[in-house]
Amino acid sequence: MKNTDAINAVLKRHGNDGTRLMQILRETQEALGWLSPATLTAIAAGVNWPRSRVESTAGFYSFFHTAPLGRYRVLWSDNITDRMLGNMDLMRAMCEKLWLEPGRVSTDGLVSVDTTSCTGMCDQGPAVLVNYRAITHMTTARVEQMVELIHNQTPVAEWPAAWFRIEDNIRRADILLTNAMTPGDALRISFARGSAASATLDEIKKSALRGRGGAGFTTGLKWEACRNAPGHGDKPARYVVCNADEGEPGTFKDRVLLTRQPDLVIEGMTVAAWIIGASKGFVYLRGEYRYLLEPLNAVLARRRQQGLLGENILGREGFSFDIEVHLGAGAYVCGEESALIESLEGKRGVPRNRPPYPVTNGFLNQPTVVNNVETFAAAALVAKNGGDWYRGFGTAKSSGTKILSVSGDCVQPGIYEYPFGVTVRQVLEECGARDTQAVQVSGPSGICLNRDEFDRRIAFDDVPTAGAFMIFNQQRDIFEVVRNFVHFFAHESCGFCTPCRVGTTLLKNLVDKIADGNGTRTDIDEIFHLNRLLQTTAHCGLGHTACNPLLDTLEKFRPAYERRLNLLKFVPAFNLDAALSQARQMTGRDDAGAHLEAAQ
Amino acid sequence: MSESSSFILDDQEIPFMPGQSVMQAALTAGVFIPHLCYHPEFRPHGSCKLCTVKINGRPATSCTTPAAAGMAVESNTPEILDKRRTLLQMLLVEGNHFCPSCEKSGFCMLQALGYELGVVAPRFSLLYPTRPVDASHPDVLLDFNRCILCELCIRASTEVDGKFVFALSGRGIKKHLVVNAESGKLADTNFSLADKAAQVCPVGVILPKRKGFAVPIGQRRFDAAPISAHVDEFKPVVSAQGERP
Repeated sequence: MKNTDAINAVLKRHGNDGTRLMQILRETQEALGWLSPATLTAIAAGVNWPRSRVESTAGFYSFFHTAPLGRYRVLWSDNITDRMLGNMDLMRAMCEKLWLEPGRVSTDGLVSVDTTSCTGMCDQGPAVLVNYRAITHMTTARVEQMVELIHNQTPVAEWPAAWFRIEDNIRRADILLTNAMTPGDALRISFARGSAASATLDEIKKSALRGRGGAGFTTGLKWEACRNAPGHGDKPARYVVCNADEGEPGTFKDRVLLTRQPDLVIEGMTVAAWIIGASKGFVYLRGEYRYLLEPLNAVLARRRQQGLLGENILGREGFSFDIEVHLGAGAYVCGEESALIESLEGKRGVPRNRPPYPVTNGFLNQPTVVNNVETFAAAALVAKNGGDWYRGFGTAKSSGTKILSVSGDCVQPGIYEYPFGVTVRQVLEECGARDTQAVQVSGPSGICLNRDEFDRRIAFDDVPTAGAFMIFNQQRDIFEVVRNFVHFFAHESCGFCTPCRVGTTLLKNLVDKIADGNGTRTDIDEIFHLNRLLQTTAHCGLGHTACNPLLDTLEKFRPAYERRLNLLKFVPAFNLDAALSQARQMTGRDDAGAHLEAAQ
Repeated sequence: MSESSSFILDDQEIPFMPGQSVMQAALTAGVFIPHLCYHPEFRPHGSCKLCTVKINGRPATSCTTPAAAGMAVESNTPEILDKRRTLLQMLLVEGNHFCPSCEKSGFCMLQALGYELGVVAPRFSLLYPTRPVDASHPDVLLDFNRCILCELCIRASTEVDGKFVFALSGRGIKKHLVVNAESGKLADTNFSLADKAAQVCPVGVILPKRKGFAVPIGQRRFDAAPISAHVDEFKPVVSAQGERP
């Protein structure tokens, strides 16, 4: 049977290894269109796992389908920046032309249209994923053409190539983005520093490089802790993992780094491997960047040929290291390092109880270094040029540069690399932002700055950031910005702990209630109350920070909420007229008689 | 081994043995800390968050935090009790809980903790999830409406029964229990009423058929005394196979 052959081919390619389940599921789905109950049974048998565990993983990720979702799956990126560029109108127009409701599959099983969390194309939106291939700059004309192509059942591979072109939009480059290092130089110079890797570790420590993924942990200390941690069991090992699960809405700098400076990133990982004593590494690439898989694999293949990966790297006896790219499948929480490791092991992306931390007990319980894409790129520069050189950039407490992903209301959205210490105002001026009301730095989990705060600096000791920089002008409704973020967190909660699983949905319902004109002061109080609960009891950072957008804006943009509030003390969330909507839909009526009098 | 180590829990000195969690030490000393996903026979899980306490001023789950000498632990404070009450109110709207018609009423930990912590009124709008029951198995009914996702049945089936009958699927608010069968039906698994997994549900999901409301109201487990008075039943088990944490 054809399906069985396809499944077996995938299983064989992955050595029937259950820890590679994410890749097995993705490749099977790419071959068969969806993951049917029978397919999951076959995969479970193939990897010798209980079927329930395979279903458990498949059901966790947004990009795995355990129900058929059409031969064409169109997903509209639903970040606030896409919304500001009109994605909702375009999606509605597409659905009308396809005679389709969002979230539903067409009756002929051909197509489904839905929204998805930010796809990292904020500087070139509105963006969509079609069968998990990124398309940017959506317009009414493109929607019409796309509908035509779908109706004619033209394979996605034959769609206009220009649609799939992803721009880098580098507007300001500094040491990372202008770097033209010959591949291998950082390694050669590291080896020349002495046969002990500790000399290069000292340079990393001296550089005061801190993690670029948001938490800002000192890289040298992390690597040293991993280097000193003993391996476990009869197959002790250490691992290097590059976190390219760039899921924070509004962030897209890792996409550009992996496009323009892949050698720098890979070389940083290789230096890390030498220092900690790892022979295996992974790049965990978010599923939204599926199109980068082949180019990255080509870079890895070339580096193997150049002797920069594989056995005895650059002729150095005993130093062997290789890297594999693993794709995620649509789960923001996997950006959390222990959730990422769970996912790498073929499981649900649920953050682990910590301690122990990954540096002692990470991938397959072995000591593991997990760093952001940008951190590895910076580490390669440090390895090549030394810690003192690196400390020459940035500020005393925040050395080096930071790449910002600028989007929203400005003339030139795109990538801006600055030395740490740059003011928000300078960034706004250089990207051509005018009449700015607010800037959301570091995405929904970051901080919302108002006009009075634009002289604050991008730095670990002032405004730390993982890279997102979303700009909102005076015309924007901050309440709608927050509402978008609150929906995002409810969609992305992993569901492990009670406060985040239920709390993010309750927050979403409260914000929607306010948006519908049924909000009261009691609801605002409840938002504060829920936020305090999440901040203290949630299992991981997602739950702790899910309240940031609400708390920040309730403090700084209170009128955006208050003008929506009903003056009454309590208004039920239940809307009688809205409750009739299903009946209206079923009878095809929308006349006055089909509405309650009060609603007219 | 020195066993003189102790910490302070709400002004009471609690001794502990090395390797014990704050929860285990407290329960051993006869002090009840509310919990749902903790079970004395299984590894701590830390997902329900009901056992959250403040340790030296910082919130932590008492079931996953190792006890350490000199800790100052707050549990029975108005602030923490309010958080626990809110967590219960969340669980009560997340599922479909109708105590008067539930066979587990009077034996249910969710209900008992509701009484214990004074959950006297609903607070949030009900989410009314659609969760069809599974009555396919000859001996057991699964009523998913009451599931609080504590994963005890999963842990029991995996660690004790070695059957992997239960697992979680979905994410976030859509997370739900699944069984180990292509049909999705319990009848098509090797589950049996004798399994450990059949005994551990703290609420009313896994129910033996042909047996219900067997104990009259007034004589049920939590009728005579509140759950906190049952503290002895939750004490850590020191079994022959060594310490199952």
